[in-house]
Parts: sequence; structure tokens; C-alpha cells
Amino acid sequence: MDSLINLQGEIALVTGASRGIGRSIAEMLGKAGATVIGTATSEKGADAISAYLTEAGVAGKGIVLNVADKDSIESVVKAVTGDFGAISVLVNNAGITRDNLLMRMKDEEWDDIITTNLTSVYRMSKACMRGMTKAKKGRIISISSVVGASGNPGQTNYAAAKAGLVGFSKSLAREIGSRNITVNVVAPGFIDTDMTRELSEEQRNNLLQNIPLSRLGQPGEIAGAVLFLASPLGAYITGETIHVNGGMYMA
Amino acid sequence: MSDIEERVKKIVVEQLGVDEAEVTYLSSFIDDLGADSLDTVELVMALEEEFGAEIPDEDAEKITTVQAAIDYIKAQQG
Repeated sequence: MDSLINLQGEIALVTGASRGIGRSIAEMLGKAGATVIGTATSEKGADAISAYLTEAGVAGKGIVLNVADKDSIESVVKAVTGDFGAISVLVNNAGITRDNLLMRMKDEEWDDIITTNLTSVYRMSKACMRGMTKAKKGRIISISSVVGASGNPGQTNYAAAKAGLVGFSKSLAREIGSRNITVNVVAPGFIDTDMTRELSEEQRNNLLQNIPLSRLGQPGEIAGAVLFLASPLGAYITGETIHVNGGMYMA
Repeated sequence: MSDIEERVKKIVVEQLGVDEAEVTYLSSFIDDLGADSLDTVELVMALEEEFGAEIPDEDAEKITTVQAAIDYIKAQQG
């Protein structure tokens, strides 16, 4: 089994890796042998990533990246490629929420979400493309959300961006399949992270009633799906969305 | 064969994975050498890297044969 999930020699970049799902993904890919570069928006976050990677004995480091900034993306991908080699596993995890009912939604709330959650994936993927096509191998895995498929009141912006990732990934999968690059999506349901800790007790209880497995998911349960797709076990899967949501939405 | 001609041919052979003997000046990347649209994009990027040039999309579209690539690079560098 070990050899099947050996990611030795792979260079993985995980955006939004300072906490929650991103951190779990970074740790799991690292434990499987990959060199991991985790990104955070602040120096403090980047240092925290470096610290937990070192503690876990994982090669790599944390760096500062603002995924909403085109120049930041280009310089980071260039620097990582120079220091570690071409990125072979890209995990687009960074994301934010700006919930509001549509009738009250401000343009900034819409634009922030599309820029940070969707445009960033276009830019990150594009920046990694040359290295992957040259190497004739690669994995691009983007973290969507169950609400991209099910919809959710107050999240028109978030759901639109998260559904957008799916269409993007399917199209890119068709474009670069011939180069042995797979492009997939993992769509988490409600996972126990800072993002969902903001929910009220009542919202939480309502949610649980609709989850057949009767609990929130753990970040590691998303990371497991990402690891599977990044590893040789997932080699023949592309353009696909894996839903990891305890059954709350069955696609 | 000039240096530029040799380097262009070498890149075509490498990028398209074709035999050197197949590559003539008149070879069309798509019609003769079996390139698809992604191959042609990669080819142009490889030419940009090799010659330190920036080839705009509207020019790249016209580079469809080995000779066209050689002529373009020569014009750029001349």
C-alpha cells in the first residue's frame, strides 16, 4: 500500500495552507513523501506553515501569497520553481466567504469572492501549466464546495464561484489530458473548521439533521480525497468532482 | 544551415516528437508533423524560451511551418 501512495519527488503547492482543510492537505501530502509549499496571506501564517511542516518532518516551507494578486502568483510560482523545481501537484484550496442575501449584496462582496475563489484558480493553474506540460505530468486539484452543487441562500457569490471551478476543471481536463495532467475537484460538505465554527448552534443542528452520517466532516477526510487524486491511485480520474459531505448532498 | 535554422529544427523535433528526417523547411506543423493546437502553443513557447523573444498571439498564428518559424526568428533578431 505504501508504494501506491508514495509522492516522493513530487512538488506540491497548497494555497491557503495555514489552517483548516488546507493545513490538513499540506500535512497529508507531505507525509506521503511530497515536498510541500504551503501558502498564507501573511508572514505569520507562512511561518506557522513552515513550523508545522518542519515538525512533521516534511520537506518544504510556508510562503506568503495573495491569490487575488496576479503579480504575487507569478512571482511565487517562479520562486518555488527556482528553489524546489517545477510544481507537479497544485492544490487550489484558498477561499473566503462574503455571505449576504442577493438583494443586499454589494458589488465588492461579489467581486471579492469571484477574484479570490475563482480567478485565482485560473491564474494559479495557468502559472503552473508550462512546468507541467514540459514534464508531461501533473495534478491540479481544486477545492470546491457542496453549495456549488446544491445552492445555499446567502451564498449566491460563493456558490457561483465554487460551481465555476467545476466547469473550469472539466474544460482544462480536456485541454491537457494528452499531457498526462489530470484536473479534478473535491467538493467538501460541512467540515469542522474556523469557517463553519461561525455558524450558530441552531444552524449547526439544522445542518446535522440533513447529514446521513450525522456529524461534520474532519479536515483530514477532505485531505484523504485530495491525496487519492494526487497519487498514482487516481491516475485515470480527470474532469471529475469528488463529493465528500457525509451524504448531505448526493450528486 | 545557419545556426537559427538548426536550433528551430531541433526544437520542432523535440516538441513534436518527430524524426529529424521528417522535418523539412516546408513541413506544416499541423498537416505534416501531426501537431495539435496545444502542440503549436507549446512550440511557440519553446521558441520564445530558446530565442529570448516574445511572440504575440497574432504572430504566433502565422507560424505554421518550419520556414515560417525560421523567417520570424530571423526577422526578430535581424
